[in-house]
Amino acid sequence: MANTYRVLDKVHLQDEEEFVDILEDKRHCSDLRFALRTFSPPPYKGAPACSSAELNQAVLESQYLRYVINEVAMGTGSSVEEVRDEACGIMREMSQNLQLRFIRLLGFVVRKVFKRIFSAIYVNMEGLQALQQATQECPVILMPNHRSYIDFLVVSYILFNYDIPMPVIASGISLAGMKIVGEMLRRSGAFFIRRAIGSDKLYWAVLSEYVRTIVRKGFAPLEFFVEGLRSRTLKSLPPKLGMMNMILEPFFKGEVYDVTLLPISISYDRVLEESLLAHELLGFPKPRESTAGLLKASRVLQENYGCMHVNFGRPLSVRQLCEGKINRCQYNLTPRDLPQKPNAEAQACGSWLAHMIVRLQEEGALTSPWSLMACVLLQVPTAALTEEGLLFHQLTERTLWLRKLALDFRAHLNWPEKVPDSDVMSSTVALHRSVVCRKAGRVYLTRNDELEQKHSMEEDMMRTAAALLMLASYRNQCLHVFVRPALLALAMSVTKSTRKDELLTCFCFLQEVFSNEFVFIPGQSAQDFEEACSLLHKCKAVHVGQWEVTDSDTEPEVLSFLQELLKPFIESYQVPFIICVAN
Amino acid sequence: MASNSSGDESSRHQTARHRLSVIAGHLQRPTDRNAALLAVDCKAQGSKPNVNTSDRGEGRTVPRRRQEIMKWNGWGYSDSRFLFNKKGQAEFTGNRYRLSGMIIPGLKDWMEGTFGANLQHKTQATPVLNTSAVQPPTLNEAFVEELKSTGIPFSHEGEDRVFRAHGHCLHEIFALREGKIGRVPDMVVWPNCHNDVVKIVELACKHNVCLIPYGGGTSVSSALECPPEETRSIVSLDTSQMNRILWIDEKNLTAHVESGIVGQDLERLLNESGYCTGHEPDSMEFSSLGGWVATRASGMKKNIYGNIEDLVVHIKMVTPRGVIEKSCQGPRMSTGPDIHHFILGSEGTLGVVTEVTIKIRPMPEYQKYGSVVFPNFEQGVACLREVARQRCAPASIRLMDNEQFKFGHALKPQVSSIFTSFLDGLKKFYITKFKGFDPNRLCVATLLFEGPREKVLQHEKQVYDIAAKFGGLAAGEDNGQRGYMLTFVIAYLRDLGMDYYVIGESFETSVPWDRVLDICRNVKARIIRECKDKGVQFPPLSTCRVTQTYDAGACVYFYFAFNYRGLSDPVHVYEQVEHAAREEILANGGSLSHHHGVGKLRKEWMRETVSNVGVGMLKSVKDYVDPNNIFGNRNLL
Repeated sequence: MANTYRVLDKVHLQDEEEFVDILEDKRHCSDLRFALRTFSPPPYKGAPACSSAELNQAVLESQYLRYVINEVAMGTGSSVEEVRDEACGIMREMSQNLQLRFIRLLGFVVRKVFKRIFSAIYVNMEGLQALQQATQECPVILMPNHRSYIDFLVVSYILFNYDIPMPVIASGISLAGMKIVGEMLRRSGAFFIRRAIGSDKLYWAVLSEYVRTIVRKGFAPLEFFVEGLRSRTLKSLPPKLGMMNMILEPFFKGEVYDVTLLPISISYDRVLEESLLAHELLGFPKPRESTAGLLKASRVLQENYGCMHVNFGRPLSVRQLCEGKINRCQYNLTPRDLPQKPNAEAQACGSWLAHMIVRLQEEGALTSPWSLMACVLLQVPTAALTEEGLLFHQLTERTLWLRKLALDFRAHLNWPEKVPDSDVMSSTVALHRSVVCRKAGRVYLTRNDELEQKHSMEEDMMRTAAALLMLASYRNQCLHVFVRPALLALAMSVTKSTRKDELLTCFCFLQEVFSNEFVFIPGQSAQDFEEACSLLHKCKAVHVGQWEVTDSDTEPEVLSFLQELLKPFIESYQVPFIICVAN
Repeated sequence: MASNSSGDESSRHQTARHRLSVIAGHLQRPTDRNAALLAVDCKAQGSKPNVNTSDRGEGRTVPRRRQEIMKWNGWGYSDSRFLFNKKGQAEFTGNRYRLSGMIIPGLKDWMEGTFGANLQHKTQATPVLNTSAVQPPTLNEAFVEELKSTGIPFSHEGEDRVFRAHGHCLHEIFALREGKIGRVPDMVVWPNCHNDVVKIVELACKHNVCLIPYGGGTSVSSALECPPEETRSIVSLDTSQMNRILWIDEKNLTAHVESGIVGQDLERLLNESGYCTGHEPDSMEFSSLGGWVATRASGMKKNIYGNIEDLVVHIKMVTPRGVIEKSCQGPRMSTGPDIHHFILGSEGTLGVVTEVTIKIRPMPEYQKYGSVVFPNFEQGVACLREVARQRCAPASIRLMDNEQFKFGHALKPQVSSIFTSFLDGLKKFYITKFKGFDPNRLCVATLLFEGPREKVLQHEKQVYDIAAKFGGLAAGEDNGQRGYMLTFVIAYLRDLGMDYYVIGESFETSVPWDRVLDICRNVKARIIRECKDKGVQFPPLSTCRVTQTYDAGACVYFYFAFNYRGLSDPVHVYEQVEHAAREEILANGGSLSHHHGVGKLRKEWMRETVSNVGVGMLKSVKDYVDPNNIFGNRNLL
């Protein structure tokens, strides 16, 4: 556990780090020149480079896959050749075909688009330097959070820009189905994984051997989204562990000296898919990924999406993190090539690491003024927002209050310095005119298009709901900053107790209840509780004694704000619960 | 049976030599410090003394007073050492080795380049042993009295005791160089034969004295260290004077030998009769037959001759319970667990091995060295694996990694002619430029073939053909031979390193084939990482070689050394790194030891290595054989 804190501390140190706008840096240079730049990443020391054909061959010829193929053939009664062909088919469907030419092409297009829709892309250079160093030493796993389709484009674009080996990227199979684009992605290093693999033994075998071989060979960073899919609510998702276990296995079995995990936090001022997400949440079916759809979506290019921050976390050594957590000798007595389910110890280790990465992604994320504003707006009654509006200066005041609280809670803000707060507020509102609008000193929820059309009640409601959901999503972006103190505040109001042990019990219970809502590192409730205490103490909301936590009178607002923040979650859990009980 | 049939010319010649040597022996009889006592001649009691090669003192390397020929605080002979001469060139002194008296031009640059060592920064070892620093002996008077009456020579002189208080672990030698002397045996005894040992052990049991058997003193497992918690009088039982070949049985090709004989003497004496054992551990100059048995030693040429457990036919060991031995010399028995395996690897915890019947072979008709260069270590390992798969390993096959290849290169003696140096340049050009080998990745395998000439040549071709499949290029006999010579001088090199702030050590393991590459990479990386973490200022030398091949795996040897300038407690750092490296070995599926043994250095891992029940079994044997812990060196368990 001490390890976690060491790691987390390091992230805090990044406060001082400087972010550089990579668009500004290169805006004057032509896109074509950029795309044709010499790309010369420093080579990996562990092994020579490996083409995608060699990689595929290594996978297909692996002892492991041969074993599984035989087993499947025996099980199903088909011939070994048939199963082998099937495995080859899976490989064809899955494998990446990384080619520098296509990276260049993609670089050209992506750059054009980015320059148009983003005012800036900020990247922390120190993180990039550390990453470049790490790619030479041992296999690197890039683990960005996943909020937008363009996440991986951004990462690849940055790496290309700074001479870091291009990653191979685990992506959903749906992208492969897109005409031309699928193939382009494949050649830019994407490999495709089916959803809902279930118990398809052969598929699992091919996939896991493919991933393990990439890690073993270490020639390129492997990028994957530990959350498994795009977060529709912009909240961190509980990590998926399958991929994580595949990545750790080569280290556990001694096939590589170490594996470097690199959390990346991508924070958008405004997410490209915001309304799409809200509509999906409202039950509209997600449009199928298709090239035609992509072209249709090109209208997103007309808008401004503000800034984006990409924060490359510190490289984490799996070896160091797992010290004392895993007994690597357990693999001594069976051939390492044989299929072997990770045991409880290895699984626990994988789960712990995955959760920690998510936590680090959260810690590395930058909280935007808009996200804080969303928190404030959502605590105003909806009717007020739609009808009479909220006084702009009230909104400003509350948001600034929240900014202070967030800073107390050690959040990283991307609040522009040297700009008057009022300007920040107005430009933020302007950027998000799809959600709110400002008229005559008041802020309203955006409901209508500019055209004064008559809408049915139902349509109106849908619009309000969509706007509210967008607000909620942006609030979710900063929930991780408040969630621990908020749970403690909640525990205090639920138990009406001041005794630490009772509060801790309740705190743990709440963590358990909301374990699908918020990401907590398993087995670390006590630390989380302590953290919550110290944060609330820091902002003077409570007094913390050795055995007791009591509220102080100096900052009564804090506790009520935090309790209010969690209210929607509690209510949404209460409703089904009441129904279940009633039935 | 006796081997000589009279009338034969060579045997007559030998008889003459024998006489001469007897006379010489009388003339040179060492002036014993305990001269009041007369050594009882054991020869009469020995079973059927062999006229051929029996008398003590003739051609034997190790005198009772080791200090006469060996260093007290370093490796090997006093007259042989590396030094930098006035011109700053490295040279090897003495005249015992091929390298002796030669200039080694590349060594200085290599040491400076590899370790950041500097000839200006020298650490002088304490030149002479200060006997006043040795604690006075705690003697068990009754034991000493009775021992005197047996006439077995003994000594409680400081020098003798210090010599037997250590092996050659880094921390042991480092302390000696600094003049630090810890707990040492209180007394040294030199039994001359099996019966002497029986008497000593009886007396030790009677008077509750702790016995620590001492053979060649080449242990690298802290096995010879006196346990500091031992309060009894500690007696070092030095077997070095039990060094006769008692008989040679040419019909069955076995020899019955006293356990104290050192490897080089055994081999030389057998050679005189046209035989050899073929057991050649790297320490064979100084390590003893009894020591091999007690630690489960392995020889370089085990592919032909086998390891020590394959070589012994019969063992006699004196324990506090009495003498343990088998009743016959059948080549294999199904009589329950093999009692030899209680003795092999017992590391002096159960008793003293006194006599061993060992297999012998006719001397090989023809020997040929060889070497192969591979583009990288991976290819080299793949080749060794294939050689093992086809079961066609030469007498010895070793694969050095790139760092060790460079090291070997640095030890090339000055070439005498321009022509040779031109030829070397040409070879280098061919390999790196023409064949495209990366000089920072290539590695070399050294080979030794033995047998009838024709077969050797055939065998050689087979091995080179396999090597070619893995991109290997034959690189000449010279390189091969130099590789093997290195094994004997490398221990001397450590002393040179220590003169210039460089400390180092080697350690070994055995590992399944599929893990060889992984373990080499991971352990080397771990060493570098740990050194960095522990504040070592200079990048360490972290290198390995594959030294033995088996059907199911290989033996891997690691060398590790670093420049310790700037560290306050270098030995501690060294030990921490070695500890971490061993943990890494175990985590990568390597064994605790392939042939160095456990001693006290690796004791902590015994339980996880052999399981609780395993430890219990070993304990119960110890409890039965030696209930009072007379053999109290506390190795192993």
